[in-house]
This record gives sequence, C-alpha cells and structure tokens, in this order.
Amino acid sequence: MKLRYVLLLLGVLAFVSLFIGVSSLSITDLFSMTEEQREIFWSSRIPRMLSILIAGAGMAVAGLVMQQLTQNRLVSPTTAGTMDAARLGMLVSILFLAGAPALVRIGTAVAFAVAGTFIFMFILERVRRKDPIFIPLVGLMFGNILGSITTFFAYRYDLIQNMTAWLQGNFASVISGEYELLWLTVPVLLFTYWYADRITAAGMGESFARNLGVSYRTVINTGLVSVALITSLVVLSIGMIPFLGLIVPNLVTIFRGGHMRKNLPYTAVAGAAFVLICDIFGRTIIYPYEIPIGLTVGVIGSGIFLYLLLRRGRHGS
Amino acid sequence: MIFAETLVKKYGGTAVVDNVTASIAQGKMTTFIGPNGAGKSTLLSMVSRLLSRDGGSVSIDGTPMEHVEDKELAKRLSILKQSNEMSVRLSVRDLVSFGRFPYTRGRLTDEDEQIIDDAVAYVELQEIENKFLDELSGGQRQRAFIAMILAQDTDYILLDEPLNNLDMRHSVQIMKVLRSLVDDLGKTVVLVIHDINFASCYSDYIVAMKYGKVEMEGRTWDVIHPEHLKKIYDMDFQVQEVNNQKICVYFS
Repeated sequence: MKLRYVLLLLGVLAFVSLFIGVSSLSITDLFSMTEEQREIFWSSRIPRMLSILIAGAGMAVAGLVMQQLTQNRLVSPTTAGTMDAARLGMLVSILFLAGAPALVRIGTAVAFAVAGTFIFMFILERVRRKDPIFIPLVGLMFGNILGSITTFFAYRYDLIQNMTAWLQGNFASVISGEYELLWLTVPVLLFTYWYADRITAAGMGESFARNLGVSYRTVINTGLVSVALITSLVVLSIGMIPFLGLIVPNLVTIFRGGHMRKNLPYTAVAGAAFVLICDIFGRTIIYPYEIPIGLTVGVIGSGIFLYLLLRRGRHGS
Repeated sequence: MIFAETLVKKYGGTAVVDNVTASIAQGKMTTFIGPNGAGKSTLLSMVSRLLSRDGGSVSIDGTPMEHVEDKELAKRLSILKQSNEMSVRLSVRDLVSFGRFPYTRGRLTDEDEQIIDDAVAYVELQEIENKFLDELSGGQRQRAFIAMILAQDTDYILLDEPLNNLDMRHSVQIMKVLRSLVDDLGKTVVLVIHDINFASCYSDYIVAMKYGKVEMEGRTWDVIHPEHLKKIYDMDFQVQEVNNQKICVYFS
C-alpha cells in the first residue's frame, strides 16, 4: 500500500471522528455551526482528534525505536517499564513539587522515564538469557514493581484517583489549553526520522554498527532518551496507552521490513489510525458513554500481542 | 599496512591473546588458521577495534588506531564477524546499502546505488535482493553480509570465518571474489578460515595461532607443510601438490 492511500484513509477517519460525540454536531452542521457547536468543535473535537493522531504516531514510533535498539521485537515502552517510570515521576512531582512551575513537573516525569528506561537497559545487558520472550517479561515485572510503588504512595497520600486516571489513557478530557504539551512530541518524532539510519544500524548489533562507524553507545542513549521523552509526554497529557508501541511497529515491520527510514512514516500513520479506530470504537459502543482508550487499545492490543507471542513460539525463533 | 604489537586480551586472568605481534601485508590476502580457541577471532576483533585490548597497540598505515576517528576508520577498514544474528528485518538490498553508510550517512547517490548493484551481483543475489534476511537460507544470508562489506569498499577487509554456512560452490565463489579484490583492486584481505585447503589455495600469507600465540607465520607455500601443521593442530597431515596448489589430506 502506498503511503498516500494510508494517509488518505487516516484523513477520512480523522474527519469522521470529529463528528462523533455526545453533543450533537453532524457533518451537515459544519458550515452552519451555532456558537455552542463552534466552541465544542474547536476546543474539544479538534484537540481530541489531533491528540489522538500525535499520541498514536508517537507511541508507535517509540515502540519501533525501542524494538530496534534492544534488538527485540517484543520490547516497547509498555514492556520496558518506561510508562510506569513516567507515572512514578508524575506522582513524585505531585507529591513534592506541587508549587513548582509546569516545566519542572514535566521535567521530573521525563527524568523518571529516562531513568526507568536506562535501568531496564542495564538489567537487559546483564540478563544471561537473551530469549526474545524472557526480556519483555523482565520489563513487565520491572514496570509492575514501579507501578506498585506508585500505587502504594498514591494510597498513602490519597492520590489513587489521579493516578488511576493516568493509568488508563483517556482522550475524553482533552480540551484546548490542556493538551498542547503533546505537541512537543512532534519535534522528537521528526528527530527520530532524521536519526533513523543510525538507529537501524545500531539495531543490526554492536559489531555491525561499529563496523559502519556508528558510535553504538551514543545512538542507543540518544534513541532511548527520545523514546522516554515521547512516552512521558503522552502519559502526561493522555495517560498510558498500553501495547500500542508493540503491535503497530510489529505489524508494519512484517509488511514493510525494518529499515527504519522506510517504515517509520508507515508506523506513525498506522499508529495514529489504530488509536483513532479504537477511539471511535470506544466512543460509539456504549454511546452516550465512552470506554477509555487505554482499555480499548489494551483489549485489542493484548489479543494481538498474544497472537504474536504464540506465532513466535511456533516458529521457535 | 596493519601492524599489531604485543597485543594482549585476557578473560578472567587467562590470556586468550598472549603478546601477539603480527603485521598484515598491504595488498595481500592473509589468513589466520589454528585450532578452536587459539585467539584468532579475538585478535581480529581487537585489530578492528570491536574489542578493547588489555595491552599492546595496533596501527593502520602507520597511524596508531586510537588516533583514527570511527567514521574515518569505517571507510578504511571493514570487519564481518562470524556469528551474525540480526533481529532487524532488512531486505538484502537494504542491508547492502548500509555498507555505504560511512560515506553517505544514509543518503544514497546514483553512484552508491551502482556500487550496491555491483556488490549484490558479486554474490549472485540479484534475484532475491528484495527478500528479507529472515526469509533466506544461512548461506544466502552470509553472502548478503559479505555483499555489505563489499559495498563498504574499504582498503582493509577483515572477515571472520566468511565461509560459514556456504556450500563448496559459494565458498569458492566468495574466495575468488576476495582474490580479485586483492589482485585487481589492491585491497588487503584478512581472513579467519578453518578449512585448511581454502587457506592453502587462495591466501598469500598464513598466520597460524595456537593457545593465544602466533605459532608460525609466513608465505602460504612455506607454512603448509606436514611438520608445521602437525605442530599447529596436533594431528597428522599429508600434503600433496595438485595443479601447483598444496592440498592437505587429514582424514585418518
């Protein structure tokens, strides 16, 4: 499939999604919106759609980068503790930095995500079994440890509700003025595209990378910081979207191969489309209520994740 | 010329490479032979800077290795290790195009495309150049890796057991390609090979290693001798001349 067609499909989906919601606003109203409708359109529907696109593309690309850098197709921000680390960072910023400027609090979450990812890499390098299934399990355990620390302190300080909100990503609360942080993901995404060849070279393995004159360590570190940045920005503004970074890059790689400069645009578009479809699904299935995106992506995602695991097990590689 | 002086590599107190001094002649094919665990691969890795050394020095064309920048070295020296597991799902052509990375940083010109075409053709993979590596046989994959090294177009080419997984026809073909790189283009090729007859028939010089030390080095014709081989491998060899090449028979 040409990228053009995929983009077109995404455009149509995005357009349709603008007209799904509790407040009545149909396509026919587009050119004759009332004041109230205009308000909803610009401050809720458009931001929601944009945040879905950015978060979807961001998490999918973050997963792709991570899979290449760890040389393991089952690693993603969900299975490496990155998301949980970001959430722990948010708890810390709520507990100790309540009065601090937003940038400091964001920085804290990012710092935790970066630290968590590097701890995972540290563990990974010391694990003897390089079994492709074992590694993400270690990551999940690591993430769960971080998660339980977060939950423990959240209980003690009566922040469970806040933390649960972030546990399950949700686009329903996205309104203009509060989601703009997510836009910072875009420059990071552009950077990873520019950096793509180096990431793939590192993904070929240390000796290949160094043979090609690529400084392996630098690329790994730069790539991981990018992943942590994207992940924490998404967790901060939307919440956790599990499995997205796992499924989408893997599916795209099956068809497009792993040359990152070639498949990154597809991964980004497919990630955005996947979240958009899940969101439309979650918004319509129990209309007028909606299911949080974390849940829809999680349910569909874990199904596909299981399928990938089993498929892997059968082929024994 | 590559010159390695008193190189040492230790793992847990044991020297895997023990005070090795060796020089690699410019524009020739030099083959490292020796039993398993002799330190051949370790030496190659240290020479190519993939592995840190615990002692000694390496120089390339008179410049100490540590004074050459990574990017610069990648245009002068390439290395292919023996085990090449790759989890990135690349097509043959994608892989080979990465050989141009030191020059282009990823933006290929028409000239690069031509070099990639030639490299793919050299190893006879044109017809499957768009297949993914994980869809290929071990031998095809090995040839794809060699093509990447060819596309890298360096003066020094270091290959650790390049004939792994290859059948006889493709082994001969790869050796001929390497030979022509030496003879026609003046490249310096350094190999680790286990099949003594490939070493004997194609290389100019042989360096024999044992227990981390150089047991013997010299012109191929001189090294391939029953007495020397017995010292290196602790087994009996018969050496016969066939078509002006020395063939070793060691099946007893």
